[in-house]
Amino acid sequence: MATKLPPVDAVLVGFGWTGAIMAQELTEAGLNVLALERGDWRDTPTDFSPAYAQDELRYYWRHELFQRLNHDTLTIRNKASETALPMRQLGSFLLGSGVGGAGVHWNGQVWRFLPSDFKARSHNLQRYGKAAIPDDMTIQDYPVTYDDLEPHFDKFEYLCGVSGKAGNLKGVIQPGGDPFEGPRQREYPNPPLDMPYGPTLFGKAAAELGRHPFPHPAANCSRPYTNPLGVQLGQCTYCGFCEKYACGNYSKASAQTTILPVLMRKPNFTLKTNSEVTKVNLSADGKTATGVTYIDDKGQAFEQPAELVILSAYILHNVRLLLLSGIGKPYDPATGQGVVGKNYAYQITSSVNVFFDDKILNPFVGAGALGTIINDFNGDNFDHSGLGFIGGGYVGVLQTGARPIETHNTPTGAPAWGAAWKTAIARDYLKTASVATHGAVMSHRGNYLDLDPTYKDALGRPLLRMTFDFTDNEHRMSDYLTDRAAEIAKAMGGREIKANPRKGSWDVVPYQTTHNTGGAIMGDDPKTSFTNRYLQSWDVPNLFVLGATAFPQNAGYNPTGTVAALTYYAADAIRTRYLKASHQPLVPA
Amino acid sequence: MRRPALGAAAAAVLLAALPARITAQQLAATPPVTPPVTPPAASAPVAPESPQVAQGRYLSILGDCEGCHDRPGGAPYSGGFPLPTPFGTIYSANLTQDRDTGIGAWSADDFWNAMHNGIRKDGAKLYPAFPYPYFTHITRAESDALYAYFKTIAPVSYRPPPNKLPFPLNIRLLVTFWNLLYFKPDNAPQATPAGGQHIVQGLGHCGACHTPKTFLGGDKAGHELEGGKLDNWFAPELTADPRRGLGAWSTPDVAEYLKTGRNMRANASASMADVIHFSTSHMTDADLAAIGDYLRGHPSHAAAPATPAPDPRVMAAGQAIYVDECAACHAVDGKAQPTYFPPLPGAAVTQSVDPTTLLRFILSGTQTVATDARPTPLSMPSYGWKLDDAQVAAVATYVRNSWGNAAPAVSPADVARLRRKVARTPVQKPSAAI
Repeated sequence: MATKLPPVDAVLVGFGWTGAIMAQELTEAGLNVLALERGDWRDTPTDFSPAYAQDELRYYWRHELFQRLNHDTLTIRNKASETALPMRQLGSFLLGSGVGGAGVHWNGQVWRFLPSDFKARSHNLQRYGKAAIPDDMTIQDYPVTYDDLEPHFDKFEYLCGVSGKAGNLKGVIQPGGDPFEGPRQREYPNPPLDMPYGPTLFGKAAAELGRHPFPHPAANCSRPYTNPLGVQLGQCTYCGFCEKYACGNYSKASAQTTILPVLMRKPNFTLKTNSEVTKVNLSADGKTATGVTYIDDKGQAFEQPAELVILSAYILHNVRLLLLSGIGKPYDPATGQGVVGKNYAYQITSSVNVFFDDKILNPFVGAGALGTIINDFNGDNFDHSGLGFIGGGYVGVLQTGARPIETHNTPTGAPAWGAAWKTAIARDYLKTASVATHGAVMSHRGNYLDLDPTYKDALGRPLLRMTFDFTDNEHRMSDYLTDRAAEIAKAMGGREIKANPRKGSWDVVPYQTTHNTGGAIMGDDPKTSFTNRYLQSWDVPNLFVLGATAFPQNAGYNPTGTVAALTYYAADAIRTRYLKASHQPLVPA
Repeated sequence: MRRPALGAAAAAVLLAALPARITAQQLAATPPVTPPVTPPAASAPVAPESPQVAQGRYLSILGDCEGCHDRPGGAPYSGGFPLPTPFGTIYSANLTQDRDTGIGAWSADDFWNAMHNGIRKDGAKLYPAFPYPYFTHITRAESDALYAYFKTIAPVSYRPPPNKLPFPLNIRLLVTFWNLLYFKPDNAPQATPAGGQHIVQGLGHCGACHTPKTFLGGDKAGHELEGGKLDNWFAPELTADPRRGLGAWSTPDVAEYLKTGRNMRANASASMADVIHFSTSHMTDADLAAIGDYLRGHPSHAAAPATPAPDPRVMAAGQAIYVDECAACHAVDGKAQPTYFPPLPGAAVTQSVDPTTLLRFILSGTQTVATDARPTPLSMPSYGWKLDDAQVAAVATYVRNSWGNAAPAVSPADVARLRRKVARTPVQKPSAAI
């Protein structure tokens, strides 16, 4: 029997980026906010000390910062005719757990989606006609525009102290920046990171081919920075341990380094860790969330009443909690009806290695978003006529640190083990650059999330089941990006190149990207979306669902910038409108 | 400050210095779970504070009263905070208005007698852990204002535990002899208190930590604010000395440090974090400037130490360790990221003759105090688990003698002694098994 606790104004389920942002905004509005986090408390000096933060074995290979799959995982299959099996080891994506969530071990790649990304269906229909979008490609327009989100992108970039160079200031293209980006109102808060040799060679070669290289916008501070909340971030040391690691130097933006020093001091904010929410509770008519039920680390259940319930966990947990709580109509791929679990999407990646004989690239120097990028082939920045796909991605050399256990690029023909393999690694480690491609995945009728009929977690709840595969659109698009990457790779002037295209069905084993999206998407129509434009549930107006859960399909960019902008956008609507008319839908259904 | 000003006194054997207290909570960052949700302060009508009470409230900040009279989890001012001394533990008194366990039955004269003479209402001598040798410099009007303020503190019935002092230190009468040696009531406190000296030497009781002590725990006459060693910390000089003191600081530097917990030259942590948290960060800008003016003009009488050039092999070893372990934050040239991570050239903590605080930072790590102005508790990790005694000595010697710094070399034996006293479990957690 759950112990009933005194009510709070707002309860947040999950305490990573979106939870911390929303908590900061709602406590500013005077609300009593409680955040429930299933994982541990984590902070920089005690958990990510620079005396040992750069430990590849401990953090990456032994997964210390990630979700414990023996407690909770999901089942996976490529198509509905298969039987899904539990993911027993992390591979393709690295789920987070604990305070700060996956925002602790991210790279700090901060992007704004393109204006046309927010209009994926109408824009492509208009430019390429009906045939460009197959019947089973279930893409939708976002119910918000780039312009709606611009101030909120800006707010997040200044929170993080993003290092970069604007390419489009109020419509005026800026030299050295990304000429394809949507217009921004002001420059990045910090200048770009210093560029190492490999990305510099890429930029030179790309420019010679007529592309438009620029420094990747990075939530790795290029100089000491005090953000608008007064929180201090240190200068990045290029130690090469962002990706899959926590930052020990206060240089990579995370909830810990940008918000928590201020938020944790507030008397109207409470965080409870090791508290796993099992259900969102509803009123008898199902139209109001009355709070949540959670279980602490001793197995004791608590009922936490709240006026406002906000799901701010990772997308897979948000969707599963909706399904477990019986909120919204589950998506049925057979009929295309229902919204919860609909339009799950991902991203598709590939790479081309360049091996040099005469250039020492020092790849161990690195930062999570340190690199040179081109967006010439992202989104609809190029003419897709006759290509047989829509969407795109960025291409670039990101030098994230080449950790020694993980990084052993060898050229075509090198053996995969033994003395000759070791010789090849020793010869090439310092002299290899990798041109990466990072492409969009459109939503498709057969890619979705639901509850697994067989497997359960440590608490006895059904696991989430993921049904996903790349379609022809993704493969054509990724092959096209790989070819463009290879052109630049060749022009970089190395001894040889080696392309690593993404072939076949999606495979859960090799790491690709932790950019899972969709499942409770935002839209203009309650029949085809779970939330309205303010991330407010159509069915339960005092329930908001944050995160990439809301993406109708994925774009060719890392999602965190857009996730954060949508969170600020929703927070603004809650503060300025919802709280003045409690429990009311912000958009008439 | 959370530190007795002086030790418990006894007849023949007596006090060295009194320990600073640094709590685990201060070293760790923000606690994982904040206190239970309390609604934002309701706008219930509150009677306006009288000028005298307002003055007393501010004086309580100058005196850092809460620093010693709050205990973790207890009501403010209800006492019971353990002040560890080399001789035993003294618990701070309950200052709430409870008549039995607090000071609710005290008159303004009783209060003055405690502040000015170190004598309790029942006539007993107070142990000089209560810093009456400094408080004696306040005026009667100030004492009355403090008294008026304490009258507004709601009674809390709580009796602090009895002090844990062995015989004969538990005989309060012996304080009489100590007072004869080290205490002189100020019978002419400034009628119009003003200026930094009145704060520093009076309520602020800065010398409690920053003045060297005799073997009996009294202030060394003629050496005010020349640096004190307490509880395995060294509180640096607050004098005009350019290496070991504040000679290179401007008055705004001092004010910024005391207000925000950091400035372009230093970050505040350890026991000073408490002082800033409870006291100086709440002071007026005028008072902070007055403190700065006074300290910067305060001459040092300490002889400059001999600083022979250190062994080049030790310096080379220290430099190698420094570049590997320290340069990420403090930079290869030591200039660091001022107001984020403190620069090492010219810093008193690196050049104090007594290296205890520097060594302790390396062994145990430390955390910059979070203030309203600067809420980030930027931290230095512990290296005690990673570097052995010779390595700690080498890197300490290196930073004490690089970039224009000059200070006596540190020996591995110095490190070993401190390590025994402050031994901590290594900070590194075991790898989690999957």
